[in-house]
Amino acid sequence: MGTLSEEASKALLAPFGVPFLDERTVPDAAAAVGAASELGMPVVLKLNGDAIAHKTERGLVKLNLGSAEAVEAAANALLAAATPADGDVSLLVAPMIASNREFICGASTDEQFGPTVLLGVGGILAEAIADVSIRLAPINRIDAEEMIEQLQTQDLLGAFRGEDAIDRTGLIDTLMALSAAITENADVASIDLNPVLIHHGAPIAVDALVEVHDSNQTATASEVSA
Amino acid sequence: MSRPTTEQFNALFSPRGVLVAGASTHPGKFGFVSLHNVLASGYEGKVFATNRDGSEVLGITCEKDIDDLPAGEIDLVFVCTPASANNALLRQCAAKGIKAAFITSAGYGEAGDEGIKAQAELVALGEELDMLLAGPNGQGVVSTPAKLCAQIVAPYPPSGAIGVASQSGNFVSSFLNWSVQTGVGISRAVSAGNAAAVGVADYLDFYAQDPETKVGLAYVEGIADGRAFFDSVRSIAERKPLVIVKGGATAGGARAAASHTGSLASDDRVFDGAMRQAGVVRAATVEEAFEAAATFATQPLPTGNRTVVMTTAGGWGVVTADAIHESNLELLQLPEDLLAQIDTKLPPRWSRNNPVDLAGGETRDTIPEVMEMIASHDSVDSIVYLGLGIQSNQAKMMQDGSFYPEHGLERIVAYHQRQDERFATAAAEISAATGKPILTATELGTADPDNAGPAAVRASGRLCYASANRAVTALGHLWRYAEFQQRRNV
Repeated sequence: MGTLSEEASKALLAPFGVPFLDERTVPDAAAAVGAASELGMPVVLKLNGDAIAHKTERGLVKLNLGSAEAVEAAANALLAAATPADGDVSLLVAPMIASNREFICGASTDEQFGPTVLLGVGGILAEAIADVSIRLAPINRIDAEEMIEQLQTQDLLGAFRGEDAIDRTGLIDTLMALSAAITENADVASIDLNPVLIHHGAPIAVDALVEVHDSNQTATASEVSA
Repeated sequence: MSRPTTEQFNALFSPRGVLVAGASTHPGKFGFVSLHNVLASGYEGKVFATNRDGSEVLGITCEKDIDDLPAGEIDLVFVCTPASANNALLRQCAAKGIKAAFITSAGYGEAGDEGIKAQAELVALGEELDMLLAGPNGQGVVSTPAKLCAQIVAPYPPSGAIGVASQSGNFVSSFLNWSVQTGVGISRAVSAGNAAAVGVADYLDFYAQDPETKVGLAYVEGIADGRAFFDSVRSIAERKPLVIVKGGATAGGARAAASHTGSLASDDRVFDGAMRQAGVVRAATVEEAFEAAATFATQPLPTGNRTVVMTTAGGWGVVTADAIHESNLELLQLPEDLLAQIDTKLPPRWSRNNPVDLAGGETRDTIPEVMEMIASHDSVDSIVYLGLGIQSNQAKMMQDGSFYPEHGLERIVAYHQRQDERFATAAAEISAATGKPILTATELGTADPDNAGPAAVRASGRLCYASANRAVTALGHLWRYAEFQQRRNV
């Protein structure tokens, strides 16, 4: 299975209604500085490419850049960190939003049950805590609502540390969008929205990774033999 | 493979006549035990048997050849012969009009390549003969409306409304043993064995249309086609409650995946989510599964989650309130008008709160009267009743002691027992009249099943829960099911 770049993943998912920030994809440091001043600082800079899956682990996300100098330096550092295995790369420039709450929303293909949709408490401890709920796609809005209710950490959903209570409708919309994406697009094998931040009570996916099924096994095999 | 027809299921569960093929004179052999169990359960249809030497077994003269049996009188053949003999045997059975076979024989799908081939042939033969094939390598079938116990093991359970289907024969026995112990009965039970032609979901689908069955109860392990299973159980749960306990729940946990979603989506979490989405009640243990099914079979469905605990002693109520807080139920804050009503029946020291702690303030009629007030109130959806049988427990000690029946003991013992019987009966009657669940919990149900209280719960057809926590768990399952249906307007 192959992965799409963050930019391509977001382009695939946005039409289904996954909420994303207004972002720019640019080729170099100068363009990054231009985009940052357009969007308003502080911004986040990320290295973007088809083969790049785990950006945080590789240090390919630069947060909270508040000046043109900081943006330029971060952009150069990211481009320098690209390896040949990453293929063609570019820079993603996005507004920096502050949030105390992180969720993970996703979809994946189960061997027994086929396409599934997942909601979980996010952050670096997500897999250790594993407070998640899963349903088979396609889901309806009642299923999505029950996914939210099933989370053990219900306190995260109300007003929290000075932040608004979460707009459940927005979270339901996001889960419905993931369900539609994995059911209606036969190429999609899995989707990761990690993290989904809560901004003024509404969920916003600040990262996206789409895995696609190998479209043609025979072609791949012949390429290998050639 | 399509689900067997209703006519075929009727041949399995309500046969006009039963043939035990491979009947043995040796009381240790399955071919003897199954014939014994068919006869001992009081089956009222005609019973036939075959074996190689035509000997007599348990008063039945066995035929050597199926061709010598009457045609059109037998619906079910219970097969205890070796696998190698079965294909020819089933052809002869079909010629006699037999429409269903339960095959206990081993040596099929569980027995290597040869067995897998034999099983495929068996399935094809069943389709050719238009015969329902249950098993092979299964334990048997029980159907209480037909007084039928065609099984190679005990027990034969009391009759009731729980329909059991299991991928493991052992768990059929476990469920039936719980039924014997609690008195909450079974309608049908079947072990799917290798499930070569008929799977657990097929039996459950029949139960969903079976007027004798109110709730399905199943044990499953591996599921070959998850999506088909999901579609099937979802359609069943729309029609009747379905309780499932799954083995191998922790198998295949986290796996390597490029995505976090993939690694979080373990087999068990996907199964769990699928069952919730299907409206299926998933129980963690066999006893929890049985008790949930027994509750669906014997209590009305709640229309809300507001629960009142009624107790004759404080500590029990506190622990039950804790269990309710941890559950999907709500401990109702008692409305003023209900408080005022109860005040008329109890001295001022009663709790004036939920749990309703009678604090020893009860006189002869207090418990049924207060229970009726609570159950009749619009804001109450269900009741958990604690403290039944205490008086009869003391009565037993008096009865067993050396002073009985002097010193007025005979009279007080009879009074205590009468009272506990009355309370248990009132719980069942008020529940039926108001259409609200009233669950009675006391450890005396297992510590002393002969205690007049638990004995009367049993006589009312209901389950006496061994603890308040177990009652709350069962009630929680009822509410989860009811809420699922309400939200979807099923």
